[in-house]
Amino acid sequence: MTAVLFAAQRISALALAFAVCVHLTTILYAVRAGLTAGAILERTRENVWFLAFYAVFVLAIAIHAPIGLRNIVREWTMWRGRSLDVALALFAIVLLLLGMRAALAVYLPIFREPS
Amino acid sequence: MIQRTHIKPGYLAALLHRLAGIALAVFLPIHFLALASALNGADALDEFLNVVNTPILKIAECGIVVALALHLSLGLRVLAIEFIPAREPTRIAVTLCLAVAIAVGLMFMLNVG
Amino acid sequence: MALSQDLLHVEVWRGAAEGSFQSFDVPRREHQTVLDVVTEIQREQDATLAYRFACRVGMCGSCAMVVNGRPRWTCRTRVSEAVGRKGRLRLEPLKNFTVVKDLAVEMTGFFDKWRDAKGHFEPRKAWQDVSQRDFAVVPPASPERQAADAGIECIGCGVCYSACDVVAWDKTYLGPAALNRAWTLVNDVRDNARAARLHAVSGSTGCHACHSHMNCTEFCPKAISPTYSIAGLKRAMLSRALGRRS
Repeated sequence: MTAVLFAAQRISALALAFAVCVHLTTILYAVRAGLTAGAILERTRENVWFLAFYAVFVLAIAIHAPIGLRNIVREWTMWRGRSLDVALALFAIVLLLLGMRAALAVYLPIFREPS
Repeated sequence: MIQRTHIKPGYLAALLHRLAGIALAVFLPIHFLALASALNGADALDEFLNVVNTPILKIAECGIVVALALHLSLGLRVLAIEFIPAREPTRIAVTLCLAVAIAVGLMFMLNVG
Repeated sequence: MALSQDLLHVEVWRGAAEGSFQSFDVPRREHQTVLDVVTEIQREQDATLAYRFACRVGMCGSCAMVVNGRPRWTCRTRVSEAVGRKGRLRLEPLKNFTVVKDLAVEMTGFFDKWRDAKGHFEPRKAWQDVSQRDFAVVPPASPERQAADAGIECIGCGVCYSACDVVAWDKTYLGPAALNRAWTLVNDVRDNARAARLHAVSGSTGCHACHSHMNCTEFCPKAISPTYSIAGLKRAMLSRALGRRS
C-alpha cells in the first residue's frame, strides 16, 4: 500500500466512522419504531440533506472498501499487481454507481407507479 | 491447529476486523440493489423486505449489523494505535470493542421482528 | 540436583525445512531454563543437535527459538513456566526464517531487511564547518529522543519477526525489527538520511503493510513495541504525503 492509498483509507475511515454512527442510530430508531418501507420513504423523499449525507457515505465506501480488500487479497491469495488494482478500481466504480442509484432511489419522487 | 501466537487479543481483533470487512464488502452491493427497488415505489421495496423476512435472513441481517459495529469499533482502535502515541491496554481495548458491537447487535435484535 | 525421578518430555525439531520431531527425556531440575534443557540434550544425549546461545543471561538474544508455539529466549524461559498442563516441551526453530539445522536459523535475510529499511545512522558531512564540530546537543527529554529511546534497545534477536503474521503472509515485508530501527533513526535529530529512510520504508513492503496485530509487541523480550514505532512511521509518511514535514 502506498502512502496515498493509506491516507485515502484512513481519511475515508474517519468519514465512515461518523456516517456509520449516524446510520446505525437511524436504523435502530427505524427498527424500534417499526417503520414500514413507506414510512421510511416519506422521510427520505425529496430530502436534500438525506441525499447529501448518503452521497458522501457512498463515496467514502467506494474508497474504503476496495483498498481494504486489496490488502486482504494480496496477503491471503497469490493475486497481486496491476490486474488486481484494475479489478478493485472496477469494484469501486460498481459500489459508487449502485450506491448513488440506491440513494437516488429513495430520494427522487417516484417515476414509475406500479400498474 | 491454531498457532499459539494467534491466541492473542491483538490477533483476534485483527482477524475479526478483517472478516467483518469482507462480510460488509459482500453485503453492500446487495444492499444497494435492494434499496434501488424503491425506484419502483414503496410497494416494491416492501415486497422485497417481505421476501427477506425469513428467520435465517433476519439472523444474517443481525449479523451484518454486528459486523458493521465491530468493524467500526475495531477500526477506531486501529486509528487510535496509529495516531495516539500512548500504548493501549490491548485486552481491555479489544474487549470494549467487542462489547460495543454485541450491544449494538442486541439492540437491533431486540427491536426487530 | 534432580528432583526425584521427574522427567521432562521434550520434542525437538531435527532437520531443516524438511524434518521431524525427535523426543528426549531430560531430568527435571529446580529453576532449570529451556536453555539448560537444550544444552543438556546436546551434551549428554545427542551431540549432533544444533542450536545457538551465547551470553545465557538475557542480553544477546542468540538463543531465541519457538517454545511450545511461542517465540522467546530460552535462557530467560523457566521450564516450570513454559510447560503446558501435559508437562511437555516442544522446541522449534524461529518461524519465518530459513532453518539451517535443527534449532539454528539463517539470520542473513533478517539483517538484509534491516539494511533495506536504512536501519543505520548517516552522519552529516559538516565537519568541514568548524562551527559544526561541537557535539550535537540532544536533550534526553525531547519528544524525538524519547521516541527513539522507546525502541533503541533492540538487539536483533528475531523474536518479533518470528511472531509477525504479515511476515508469514508476505516474505518481502521488511518486518517489525527493521522498521522499529528505522523509526529510532527517523527520530535521531543528528541523522542525515531522513528522506531516503522514509522512502525506504514506504511502499508495499514497508510500514503500511502492518495491520497492528501486535504479536511483535506481545512477544518482544525487551518490551519494545514495534507496532507503535511502525505507527510513528505511518504518521511520518502521512505528513509527507500530505505535503508537510512532520
